[in-house]
Amino acid sequence: MRKILGISALLLVVCVVTAALSNSFLSAYNLENLIRRTALFGIISIGVAFVIVTGGIDLSVGSVVCLVGCGVPWLLTTHGWPVPLALMMAVVASVGIGLFHGLLITRLRLPPFVVTLCGLLLYRGITRGFTRDQTVGFGAEFKGLRLLSTGEIPIPFVSGFSIPAPWIFLLGVAIAAGVFLNRTVYGRHLLALGSNEQAARFSGINTGRMTMLAYVISSSLAGLGGLLFVLDVNSAQPVDFGNFYELYAIAAAVLGGCSLRGGEGTIVGVIVGAALMQVLRNMITLVTTHNNIEFAIIGAVILSGVVADELVRRRLRRA
Amino acid sequence: MLQAIGLTKSYPGVQALKGVGLTLQRGEVLAVIGENGAGKSTLMKILAGVQTPDTGSIEVDGRLVELPSVVEAQGLGIALIHQELNLADNLDVAANIFLGRERVLNGLIDTRRHLAEAKVHLDSIGLDVDPATPVGLLSLGQQQLVEIAKALSVDARVLIFDEPTSSLSSGEAANLFRVIRELRSRGVGIVYISHRLGEVKELADRVVVLRDGENAGELQRSEIEHGVMVRMMVGRDLSQFYAHVPQSPGPVRLEVEGLRTAAHPEHAVSFRVHAGEIVGVAGLVGAGRTEMLEALFGVTPAVGGSVRVGGVASRPASPEEAIAAGLALVPEDRKRQGVILQMAVRENVSLAALRRDSRRGFVDRAREEGLAAAMISKLGIKTPSDRQVVQFLSGGNQQKVVLGKWLALKPQVLLLDEPTRGIDVGAKHEIYRLMEELAKEGVAILFASSELEEILGLADRVLVMHEGRITGELSREAMTEEAVLHLATDTLKVD
Repeated sequence: MRKILGISALLLVVCVVTAALSNSFLSAYNLENLIRRTALFGIISIGVAFVIVTGGIDLSVGSVVCLVGCGVPWLLTTHGWPVPLALMMAVVASVGIGLFHGLLITRLRLPPFVVTLCGLLLYRGITRGFTRDQTVGFGAEFKGLRLLSTGEIPIPFVSGFSIPAPWIFLLGVAIAAGVFLNRTVYGRHLLALGSNEQAARFSGINTGRMTMLAYVISSSLAGLGGLLFVLDVNSAQPVDFGNFYELYAIAAAVLGGCSLRGGEGTIVGVIVGAALMQVLRNMITLVTTHNNIEFAIIGAVILSGVVADELVRRRLRRA
Repeated sequence: MLQAIGLTKSYPGVQALKGVGLTLQRGEVLAVIGENGAGKSTLMKILAGVQTPDTGSIEVDGRLVELPSVVEAQGLGIALIHQELNLADNLDVAANIFLGRERVLNGLIDTRRHLAEAKVHLDSIGLDVDPATPVGLLSLGQQQLVEIAKALSVDARVLIFDEPTSSLSSGEAANLFRVIRELRSRGVGIVYISHRLGEVKELADRVVVLRDGENAGELQRSEIEHGVMVRMMVGRDLSQFYAHVPQSPGPVRLEVEGLRTAAHPEHAVSFRVHAGEIVGVAGLVGAGRTEMLEALFGVTPAVGGSVRVGGVASRPASPEEAIAAGLALVPEDRKRQGVILQMAVRENVSLAALRRDSRRGFVDRAREEGLAAAMISKLGIKTPSDRQVVQFLSGGNQQKVVLGKWLALKPQVLLLDEPTRGIDVGAKHEIYRLMEELAKEGVAILFASSELEEILGLADRVLVMHEGRITGELSREAMTEEAVLHLATDTLKVD
């Protein structure tokens, strides 16, 4: 709880500072866009958070975003697949990837870092292979499908500002994830396993199955994210679509209070973390003239946030 | 040469030392004995600089010193030989001896000098191994001697041994005693912690007894007597401490036939436990007790044999299956296997029963709270509330939380592995009382313990193990310390 308050305060500060430095920050267009991006990144961050809660890591998220984000338009336009079939394929691929990672990690006992690092290389390479590195996109077609991401829901009695459609997806995912984690037996088992895998196993919890589930959730939400991302931007280049998204997602989860040692994390925190990441990027674009230092600024802010958190925690422990 | 006065140390939930003192002379073997939780290990860690005391002072050669770290302690000539050896298996003997103090020649490690100097130290304690041998290839006894050589290489004048023989064969132990006597004659002061009173009697010049974090007495060489030591350690009569009332056993609850564990696949074990019966499993470290219990509970599934629980065949392949069959295990390592330290008492107690008590996959919070409240009152768990994080409970209360987790499932058979390790005497007493009570309710209880007094006081029968085999079974009438030890060391065959 304290962590969420801290990160929310930081988010507020960054928003206020950005608003003070840039007139366009509070414009309806910018805010809508910001909310849309936050929703998209929030979805993949929640996925990664499930893996982090078990004490694992998923580095393949960005490449799964690329695989689904490029694969779906490629199937639809280049191969003329019907929409339901293409979406089905996306589900099969992302769930399959999660199962594949989970099996390697629980059955062969390979380190999650290595398994998902290889995944990161694999899925991007595969995507670049089948698309022959060509940009894929919807052009002027599939307007209906694209509404999933580009659509807007008007707010009654408010004009000039509406809620971007991906926010609805985020809300659904977040509520489902929150209920799962906090109210169900499996969610409790997941937290228990993340805190102390051995004790969880000694208590009769099927830790292998729960770990697999976490990786399936992670890659499934990465797949959903990839689909929504490409529907939003209309076209994707396999070479860099979703590049570094795993790091944005992991950073959002960690900022939002997930411990990389496992067993700790809240869904609300992760969403606030994802929002902070996006506001930071937005600030850099609006306020500075050189986008090229974006990574440096994001790195510095995350580092100072984590350091501050650790210092506060130590002081509390001593008190 | 070494004196400690009025040392105190408390951990969250436990006062480990309440003002302990000891003095050590040159060329003396001082044994420190006491039950688990008496404060021996904490005292040794303070003397070796691993931990700092809350209050109290330490003098070396009459000079007041601070021991904020192991390095400072070593600088003053104090070295601790750990119970678990601290050697790097992949490095050779010489590299281990000079670890952290490497001799350097032109910026590179001077291997030749390492080997030569290591050889001198090894020779001085009569260990005949090549200093270039990787430590992982040595036996445990040899590794321990390497630790001693390492301590001597930093000119240690005080050596602290923490349960040094717990994993040694009797031959290796005899060799260690020879080395310790040799060191004593050279003027080294030796602090020797052991549970094994026989060893203490054989080796010690003087005995300091600790109980509940306080000095409980001191014995000179001539006064060292087994019964006297036990009385001082326990602080009351054993018969009063263990008020065991044998039950008339009910039907067979656990039937083990030809069970072979992955650790000792060449030996098959068979036995039965009846409802209402408390059966002890005795043996030295490495006798295969934990392996047997873990095989029964499906942690490391057995490789052969049959297990019947309440007459139903079930050889569990996982703890999940074992629990479904009516088994429960209070594991050996409470903090790593028993409780989830970061979680609340309530969540720990409900962990195993959570699925049973759920409604369509959702946690039933009312039932969960009810269960936690019931267990807190039934077991007398001392906690401010059921939302207290288990980390902040004392060891005894943590162990009660583990028991509570299993009692929620009403198991037919309760397995316990070292159920009172590292908890204080009062809490031990309560755990014993709970075991008695459960037996009375008809649970079949099988418990492994390294503390012979505990087994002799509590068990209706004892199974004695040695190197993966059950070497004998003794009824309550036939149970004596000697009989158990003979079977445990397998020096004498008893039919």
